[in-house]
Amino acid sequence: MALLQIAEPGQATAPHQHKLAAGIDLGTTNSLVATVRSAQAETLPDEQGRHLLPSVVRYFADGVDVGYTAHEQATRDPLNTIASAKRLIGRAVSDIKSLGKGLPYEFVKTDSRVPRIHTMAGDVSPIEVSAEILKVLARRAEDTLGGELSGVVITVPAYFDDAQRQATKDAARLAGLHVFRLLNEPTAAAVAYGLDRGADGIHAIFDLGGGTFDISILRLNKGVFEVLSTGGDSALGGDDFDQVVAEWIMEQAGIADDADHKVLRQLMLDARKAKETLSYAESTELDIAIPGGGHWLGQLNRETFNALVDPLIRNTISACRRALRDAGEDVEEVQDVVMVGGSTRMPRLREKVGEFFRQPPLVDIDPDRVVALGAAIQADVLAGNKPDNEILLLDVTPLSLGLETMGGLVEKVIPRNTTIPVARAQEFTTFKDGQTAMVVHVVQGEREMAEHCRSLARFELRGIPPMVAGAARIRVTFAVDADGLLDVEAEELSQGVKASVTVKPSYGLDDEEITNMLQASFEHAEEDLEERRLAEARVEGMRVVEALQAALASDSEKLLNAQERRQIETALQELADVIATSDADAIDAQAKHVEQVCEFYVERRMNSGIQQAMAGHNINEFE
Amino acid sequence: MFDLSKNHFELFGLPVSFIVDGAALGERYRDLQRLVHPDRHASGTGQEQRLSLQQTTRINEAYETLKNPVTRAQYLLSLHGIDMQAEKETTRDIAFLTEQLQLREELEQARHAGDTEAVLDDLMNRISTMIKKLVAQMAMQFEDPIPTNLAAAREAVRKMQFLNKLLSEAESLEAELEDMH
Repeated sequence: MALLQIAEPGQATAPHQHKLAAGIDLGTTNSLVATVRSAQAETLPDEQGRHLLPSVVRYFADGVDVGYTAHEQATRDPLNTIASAKRLIGRAVSDIKSLGKGLPYEFVKTDSRVPRIHTMAGDVSPIEVSAEILKVLARRAEDTLGGELSGVVITVPAYFDDAQRQATKDAARLAGLHVFRLLNEPTAAAVAYGLDRGADGIHAIFDLGGGTFDISILRLNKGVFEVLSTGGDSALGGDDFDQVVAEWIMEQAGIADDADHKVLRQLMLDARKAKETLSYAESTELDIAIPGGGHWLGQLNRETFNALVDPLIRNTISACRRALRDAGEDVEEVQDVVMVGGSTRMPRLREKVGEFFRQPPLVDIDPDRVVALGAAIQADVLAGNKPDNEILLLDVTPLSLGLETMGGLVEKVIPRNTTIPVARAQEFTTFKDGQTAMVVHVVQGEREMAEHCRSLARFELRGIPPMVAGAARIRVTFAVDADGLLDVEAEELSQGVKASVTVKPSYGLDDEEITNMLQASFEHAEEDLEERRLAEARVEGMRVVEALQAALASDSEKLLNAQERRQIETALQELADVIATSDADAIDAQAKHVEQVCEFYVERRMNSGIQQAMAGHNINEFE
Repeated sequence: MFDLSKNHFELFGLPVSFIVDGAALGERYRDLQRLVHPDRHASGTGQEQRLSLQQTTRINEAYETLKNPVTRAQYLLSLHGIDMQAEKETTRDIAFLTEQLQLREELEQARHAGDTEAVLDDLMNRISTMIKKLVAQMAMQFEDPIPTNLAAAREAVRKMQFLNKLLSEAESLEAELEDMH
């Protein structure tokens, strides 16, 4: 048996060597990073033993500050300190206006669809702000684990739309991270809980974070988590509870609505503190500085607080009811309700959720950490560290995907709560004689009119052969991958004219913007872009080598004849040789060549696995 | 072998029949997913990942189709060479259509009735019973797939579509009411 020797210092050669992987909870208020060590998932603290990283980035002329110090300076330097970037990510400038008064930033008018905030360091997009947070967390993990991360799992609210997911992935790309998977936050929480309990049945995950709310109903069946439905509000969170309290204070203290940034920011902090105090105390004293001098002293008790927040809580309960209905389950079927997110510490919320589900909600795992812990477990699985692992997550599309048709109506192509990955095709036709082009407008949402849905992308299919109205057959195919990201393709069937887009442009960065940003960041770090590319090509090449070596070791005897095996080994050896050189293009090319050579083998392996699994059921049913 | 040309039933190792053992279908679906899902191939080669995505997409489609009686019936009809124009086909059974109109009126009136919930409950129960009856009929028709039986099954599918739509409208009204209090 030929052996492949690859001399690449610091790189793994053994196929089953433990790979470093991390789970990142990129939150609105706080973020965390976690990893699995000695079969135990744990969140990682900073040097001062703090696990949470406030999701706050302060920009200076020559650098950034992320976390606690930035958070503490937020009121003193509100324009250069960006908090809650998650509320802005993947959104257009027009969306942000409606998001509210609580955002004390200077938005810049740009040509780009991505909103930018003016800071001392120049104009930054929410994607870049998120990338700074991701970099700090990834560095923390690498310092703790003593090596480079092979990949990460980043969590997103289940209710995030395509643009928000895409933007989150862009942020990871800017931070130089390989994303194994974007994982829905409630599903991550279920993983963290489910592993401990192993209880088959229906579970509800109630996740109220700083800026988003999600409810997911899922079924656990022998290690397979099937998400049955998901719902929520990507613009409702703890911040909104702070907001109603802040508004109440303003009214009581006679502070005007148009007070300046610093005053508003301070008020939000006071409001949050009051909310947190009321989680354990019956009332809280308030001492509010009035702009222009003086103080307002007052008191907020739980009763008043409850009256202020009840309308918001009611919205979350309505979403729970809808999610249960979508799942086709009754409230009696729900075995337990898991609480996730710092905002679920509010006693009033726990009381109301308990009332609706007719049982006290579970709060055993720290609601701030549970998502990161689940993400870490999943990252460990996806890195290939647990080949015999039984856990599998089957997630769904949170919102319906469709196309705008005549009269601005939406034709749904993939309804919400469809298990992903999924592909669906729909046929359309022309409405005018001789029509040669067609605009494909892709939207996401539940409303009937396209203008009320989220516009994801718009592209044109040209070159349709002229025919009478209704004669052309145009097939539009929607494909959603395991990250929940959408690809759309349109094809005229009689002539085979094609057009396709990876849905991305509307509110994401285009490739050029990303390249520019990457370049700019490398200039800062004085790192060589070429070097980075070579490193990436090597990692990717090694991944191919390792994956195939592991495969050969496990089943080549059974599935390959001597000649086939020799052929694969030769190609692999050539790849190993070229990885040792410094030619990134050659490495990429050879890696591609290896994949081509091995195509039949990969297919054979998968089929043989399936055959075995199905044979386990009932041999008589098979040919 | 995993063969994309296999029909949905064969994919799960089930007999081609309208009567499907839901538990077995779910179990096989999960078994297949355990093997082919992209999460199982996250550290594989690019080609392995593409293959996994393709196969998982196919398995999801097959599962969705077989789970639901209407799509299952439509699929079975297509295996018998009858391609329904999905929702564009409609029944011409006058008695049935008249009944539909009545049910729809009842649904409208339920909104304004004093005891909306009770009225709605009764209505939904009746619709569900009608659906169950049609499903039972289809099961028999597909057992003996002679042309007249297949034509009858096709007609049943058309009616099912009406009833399902009505049921989901009733459900949304119920949801609306629940949200109000």
